[in-house]
Amino acid sequence: MTDQNARTVQGQQARMRTFVRALGMLPVLVILAIAFELISGRFLSTNNLSIVMQQASINIVLAAGMTYVILTGGIDLSVGSILSASAMASLIASVTPGWGAMAIPAGLATGLAFGLINGCLIAFLRLPPFIVTLGSLTAVRGIARLMGSDTTVFNADLPFAAMGNATFLGIPWLAIIALGIIIASWFILRRTVLGTWIYAVGGNQEAARLTGIKVWLVLLFVYGISGLLAGLGGVMSAARLYAANGLQLGQAYELDAIAAVILGGTSFVGGVGSIWGTLIGALIIAVLSNGLILSGVSDIWQFIIKGLVIIVAVSLDRLRLQGNART
Amino acid sequence: MSGAVMLEMRGISKTFGPIRALRDVSLTLRAGEVHALMGENGAGKSTLMKILSGAYTPDPGGEVMVGGAPLVTGDPKAAKAAGIAVIYQELSLAPNLSVAENLFLGAERSRLGIVSRHRMAAETRPILDRLGVGFGPETQVATLSMGERQLVEIARAIGANARIVVMDEPTTSLSSREAEKLFDVIADLKAQGIAIVYISHRMDEIYRLSDRCSVLRDGGYVGTLDRAELSASKLVSMMVGRDLSTFYKKDHKQVAAGEPVLAVEGMGDGRLVQGCSFTVRAGEVLGIAGLVGSGRTELARLIYGADPAASGRVLLDGRDVTPRTPREALAAGIVYLTEDRKGLGLFLDMTIADNINMCVIGSDAHAVGVIDFARVRQRAASAMSALAIKAPSARLTVGALSGGNQQKVLLARLLELEPRVILLDEPTRGVDVGAKSEIYRLIDGLAQRGMAVVMISSELPEIIGVADRVLVMREGRIVGEITAAPGAPITQEAVMTFSTGAAPETAQIPIPQEEL
Repeated sequence: MTDQNARTVQGQQARMRTFVRALGMLPVLVILAIAFELISGRFLSTNNLSIVMQQASINIVLAAGMTYVILTGGIDLSVGSILSASAMASLIASVTPGWGAMAIPAGLATGLAFGLINGCLIAFLRLPPFIVTLGSLTAVRGIARLMGSDTTVFNADLPFAAMGNATFLGIPWLAIIALGIIIASWFILRRTVLGTWIYAVGGNQEAARLTGIKVWLVLLFVYGISGLLAGLGGVMSAARLYAANGLQLGQAYELDAIAAVILGGTSFVGGVGSIWGTLIGALIIAVLSNGLILSGVSDIWQFIIKGLVIIVAVSLDRLRLQGNART
Repeated sequence: MSGAVMLEMRGISKTFGPIRALRDVSLTLRAGEVHALMGENGAGKSTLMKILSGAYTPDPGGEVMVGGAPLVTGDPKAAKAAGIAVIYQELSLAPNLSVAENLFLGAERSRLGIVSRHRMAAETRPILDRLGVGFGPETQVATLSMGERQLVEIARAIGANARIVVMDEPTTSLSSREAEKLFDVIADLKAQGIAIVYISHRMDEIYRLSDRCSVLRDGGYVGTLDRAELSASKLVSMMVGRDLSTFYKKDHKQVAAGEPVLAVEGMGDGRLVQGCSFTVRAGEVLGIAGLVGSGRTELARLIYGADPAASGRVLLDGRDVTPRTPREALAAGIVYLTEDRKGLGLFLDMTIADNINMCVIGSDAHAVGVIDFARVRQRAASAMSALAIKAPSARLTVGALSGGNQQKVLLARLLELEPRVILLDEPTRGVDVGAKSEIYRLIDGLAQRGMAVVMISSELPEIIGVADRVLVMREGRIVGEITAAPGAPITQEAVMTFSTGAAPETAQIPIPQEEL
């Protein structure tokens, strides 16, 4: 009897832990928002929140792709470069007569192609993800510069500019796309067989192989989708800027994406994590950037504060989880 | 063995929130004795030892006396200073450091702040000599076998002047030769007046080593037996609360004329396994015995397609199905239960339901790979009740379960595929006595349902108790086959004769090569 009760309590505690882990950073997000509102007095206005969502959207999309990769225990350092190449491809298509309609597909296809190349090297040649994507970080950056002959490509009447600047029912399209990606990712990760396989490969790759899971397919998928979403990020930033540049666009974006995933509680060794956590992580980063600007903090101090907040937030999270595990 | 009382734990209780892990447990330890501590997983052995080592604080009311003086509980440093050393199953050595550096981890010998490797090596050498080991202080731990690492842990305990050494299932990952070495060392420690608490599930070790044996069940103290009173049936009934007569179960009828289901022909990987051939009939349990390292696991992995085979074929119902990947083996109806359930079997961070459904989740799914959650829950619920998996919810992560329940989850995953052939590699390793008996029942049930079962085991009583026929492997080859006959059961001696090579090189009982 008491044994049964004890077991039920254990079960509830386990479910509670999963829940806390997924939304563990939500209080940090709320506290930051309130703090910036108190300091600047403008942070929580509808207009500003709309701007924050717009600024967060590209990182949310990249971080969603990164979540798949990190869940398998891998890493994708090349997303910033892929974003740049995809934006170039998209803009070049848009300025090429007769190719205007292909601008968005060209950007997405470029991202997918680079992602799949990463995936093939990792799945079939069994090279370490860090090395492969470190290589493509550099190589794809070079390709992006090559595509525009190292110049900035402009298109003042971009056919898909509405994506980057218009709103729907007062919500920026960029934010709607980002939320759509999050919901789709939640569905893939939690409601499909492939999603279960992704967690399994991240949890124990050799056990996954012995269980008959097509590990190569899972790896190809996660790097492919990371590339595809980087491509989408490229299209989104092209739409916002009416321009793309192979040299500067997307520099260090991979770091913000990784930071968002880790802030969201996804384990760096794979197998544990959730897409909702990633959303919160990406929002924390966006709120920090926006709030610090509103509060009049200098650019230099913004970097220092952002870095410290990430470290402190994650260490608080670790402490709290350890505390839970002990009881 | 009536040395002075060295340790006395009295009235120890421990609660974790609503869960009572220990209830008024007492334990007395004398100098120079090996005191076995037995009980099913979850009986409270580890909790008791963690209280001894200071990792946990007991509930108020209990006391721990070392050499007559009360020990400050809940303080690992105080426990260490009192001469208590605990060697856990998962060893705590740094593999990239040398033996000497590991011995002095946290207490490095230094001169003016500079670590003195020379001095540490010099202090380590006499300890290693005392243990009679085959490696030196400079050896890197990564290059040592599991058994040797265990000895390094013991050396560390001696180096810290431990008077009470706790060993938690020390032989689990050791070969029999390494275990022998460990037993010699234990005898030595004993002669030097060190008291040893020895936790193990293996009866033969308990018989051999222990002076006294205490049993815990469900967090309570059941009793202590002196060496003279030890018997397997007594111990098991104390641990489980019922008697041993139904421990091994062999109700399935050996279908002597049953059709061979699985035939393995000339299987080899060119290194550790060579030219292995055998057949298994429907409804038969075939045991594969042999020493650790004789190639049993490697053979099973070849049959399952987990490693590439250099030669040989696998026939199922006479059809060549030689798998190149585990996926092909599963599709053919051959499944394999790994010996390393945590490392190669389970997804510890995933739920019980996910683990059970992992192999069938794809074929059960709706269109475009959307999971059929109703089916997942239904399969999990029926498997949990069929295999008596004790857990409050199928949504609990597998890592939170005891060894026996984890093993049942892994078995459930394989059985969901309704295989023709099941290869079981050490199915009861690290599993408590109660779960062991349940797994034997389960194996018996599989055979009754007409499955061909192959069981690898290092525990001779188990293999003899469960299998109808036993193959013995040595150095990668099948060197003997022993069949039980009415009135002439398989004996441990017969198996040992083949596995140690005491028998002539060719098997006395010829292996049926072409029996198809």
